[in-house]
Amino acid sequence: MTDNSNLDELVKQNQEALDAHTREHVQWHFNPETGSPYWLEKAKSFDFDPLTDVNCFEDLNKFPLFEDDELRGGPVDRWIPKALRGKPTYVFETGGTTGIPKSRVVIDDFRIDYENFSDTLPDESFPKGANWLMLGPSGPRRLRLAVEHLAQYRGGISFCVDLDPRWVVKLIKKGKIDEVKEYSAHVIDQAMAILGAGHEIKCMFTTPKLLEALAMRLMDEGSSIEEAGIKGIFCGGTEFTQQWYRFAREELLGENVYITPTYGNTLMGLACGRPFDPADNYKITYYAPQPRAVIRVVDFDDHTKVVGYGETGRVKLFTMTKELFIPGFLERDEGEREVPHIKYPWDGVSGVRPFHEIAASTTVGVY
Amino acid sequence: MLEIPVLRWGKPYESFDQQEVVHFETGEPLAKVHQANAGLVKMDMRKAQRARDLLREIPISKLLEICKKAADLYMTAELPLGNGTQTPEEFCRIQSASTGMPEWMCAGNMKKVAFVLENMESILDALTRGLPLDILTKGYGKEERGVMMSYQAHSPVLGLVLPSNSPGVHTLWMPILPMQIGLVLKPGSSEPWTPYRMTEAFCQAGIPRECISVYPGPHDVGSTVTELCGRVMLFGGQQTIDKYKGNPNVQAHGPGFSKILIGDDVVDQWEDHLDLLVDSIYQNGGRSCINASGVWASRHTEAIADAIAKRIGPVGPTSMTDPEAPLAAFTMTGAAKAMNGQIEEGLKESGVTEVTAKYRDGERLIELERCDYLRPTIVHCANTDATLANTEYMFPMASVVQCEQKDMLKKIGPTLVCTAITKDEAWSQQLLDATQIDRLNIGPIKTNALNWLQPHEGNIVEFLFRARAFQNESPAAH
Repeated sequence: MTDNSNLDELVKQNQEALDAHTREHVQWHFNPETGSPYWLEKAKSFDFDPLTDVNCFEDLNKFPLFEDDELRGGPVDRWIPKALRGKPTYVFETGGTTGIPKSRVVIDDFRIDYENFSDTLPDESFPKGANWLMLGPSGPRRLRLAVEHLAQYRGGISFCVDLDPRWVVKLIKKGKIDEVKEYSAHVIDQAMAILGAGHEIKCMFTTPKLLEALAMRLMDEGSSIEEAGIKGIFCGGTEFTQQWYRFAREELLGENVYITPTYGNTLMGLACGRPFDPADNYKITYYAPQPRAVIRVVDFDDHTKVVGYGETGRVKLFTMTKELFIPGFLERDEGEREVPHIKYPWDGVSGVRPFHEIAASTTVGVY
Repeated sequence: MLEIPVLRWGKPYESFDQQEVVHFETGEPLAKVHQANAGLVKMDMRKAQRARDLLREIPISKLLEICKKAADLYMTAELPLGNGTQTPEEFCRIQSASTGMPEWMCAGNMKKVAFVLENMESILDALTRGLPLDILTKGYGKEERGVMMSYQAHSPVLGLVLPSNSPGVHTLWMPILPMQIGLVLKPGSSEPWTPYRMTEAFCQAGIPRECISVYPGPHDVGSTVTELCGRVMLFGGQQTIDKYKGNPNVQAHGPGFSKILIGDDVVDQWEDHLDLLVDSIYQNGGRSCINASGVWASRHTEAIADAIAKRIGPVGPTSMTDPEAPLAAFTMTGAAKAMNGQIEEGLKESGVTEVTAKYRDGERLIELERCDYLRPTIVHCANTDATLANTEYMFPMASVVQCEQKDMLKKIGPTLVCTAITKDEAWSQQLLDATQIDRLNIGPIKTNALNWLQPHEGNIVEFLFRARAFQNESPAAH
């Protein structure tokens, strides 16, 4: 049973740390010597001065809502803080099924995010030194490099199989379901080849749909994820429901394979799942990697108002790293606000699903 | 409240995902239906062969008796449903409340299902063209005339992706179990009632529970059933039908575009057939694919349209409990409004006139707080090119189309049921040769008058079994 006796104190300490982190990063991003051209220019349109008027996390509500369309198109170096110019820079993309994709420039954030995430993984299920299989979208996405770094950070090597979700969405929209199946089989063929090639792979990143397809293929061939040598899976990238989590643990994987749900994106990094507790009935609760990123569950009509614990609202994201400042962005998801956990003493979010007003027009979970 | 679990080869499974079925008029929750996820279906389909193996252990003659018993249970018994039970009256009431079909039509559909089950022996005899049924079990055998026959099942189970609003179509899958093929049912979100009640009736009558799965769920559950079952019957709109065109594994049921063609030899006596025209368009709320959506003739079309319109134009909605309620409600938000808009667009075309308007007090579209109605509509089309000359909507709506007899077969397009009222032998032969017509009635027969000893939209036996060559002894020298 979790010891929650000092949870209140931890929550208080973390709030103070978050306020301090907020002050530090606002000073960094709005200082003419260190800030990015985008934010320095944008600040001219504000009716407040971030350098003097933002002193705690709550003060971020003074900023207008960040519109992610701002991330479409170039020049992308307008996002790079002056103090970081000249460092080797990556650009990662999100979406991009239609029109110009949203881009984010990154220098070291993905490594830091995944090193922090690594500390949350149990070593018995993700043995140090073990090799990894990264089965999911790579291309312009951050996942391949991030998972590869995670494997390396833990002393292993990552083997990668790519999947291009943009192509899958195009096929689905054209009704070419047979081609989707062929492509999926092609992806799983490659995973099977790597798993069967003696690389001593024990850990895996994949998405729910790909994990399902891989596990079923292994079963069809008289094997299983466990018999293939996999001990730990971190799974995310697409919608991960409570029912699917139960199905995965009870039927797909068996009790000896550890699976942890994650929720992440190019702007936030990686939110961790609350550790599995049978009493939770497979409820999935995510906690953002505070203070580098913060999740708030806000009222559908007023994004500055946090809903009560257990209540439903839209997911609002804040990112504050030296490389990126996002003072409040409404995600395309909704969920329920959850109480802090001893391991993550700040607000969480559960039941994450596509925001009901845009869900009908979105092709979700294609991979 | 009723809670209805997923059935995985007969075993109840309570899911974390549930969907409420609500009363279409009041919004009152009627039941919570547990939702499967695609992974469950994929996992279970690995055991599909077991369903057929178990069914093959029961002689078909015994299965035919089970069908009769199931018919009786379905019609008369209080059967378990999830955490509750359901009488036949409760079944009709709840089905009406979620689908918008008047209760008396729901009761009528129950009778159709029961009729098929009670007469299954004759139906199978007709559909198999008199094949000794143990050939389906064993895979081969000799007919009475001494010829070796072999039939191979394409799939151990039939997947069904069922509709939400047409309880009558459930008759189509009744012959599956007695042919020793398992059932994988994906009910429509508003009509889980028939699949569950039939499953319970079959199982209480003697079908092993491991032979039937019922997977209520979101869209991807339906697509997984379609993907993994070797043979699938599904229901949808024209877009769905087009999607599966040419896929031999899928029998897609959609709009019927059923029509009545009146031959030149009888068209001057069209009034003799007015009842037939009205009933074909209007019965069962005009909701069936076998309801006529077109009446084609070379002359008198304006008078024909007017006479039909005079009969059904004044009709409007009444209570669902009215034993003569003529119309079903549209329970899906916006559906009726969209159809009405399409009809109004069609009426703007040259030569297209609505005839019912003058017999109707008010608008065609009746919008209520939680449901809508479309009142009967008869349109006259002076030419065959009009959009409304060949459309179909799920309410009593038909176009009376003026067309020369010699052009009809070139113009009618795909037609599920064609009633040709004629004694013209030469034209009858052309009708018999017309491959765009599925079910052909020659003579004054309503389009919706079904003979269950005839195949409906393709022969289910031919869909499920492949006739093939088989020898277990060397053939005679020749």
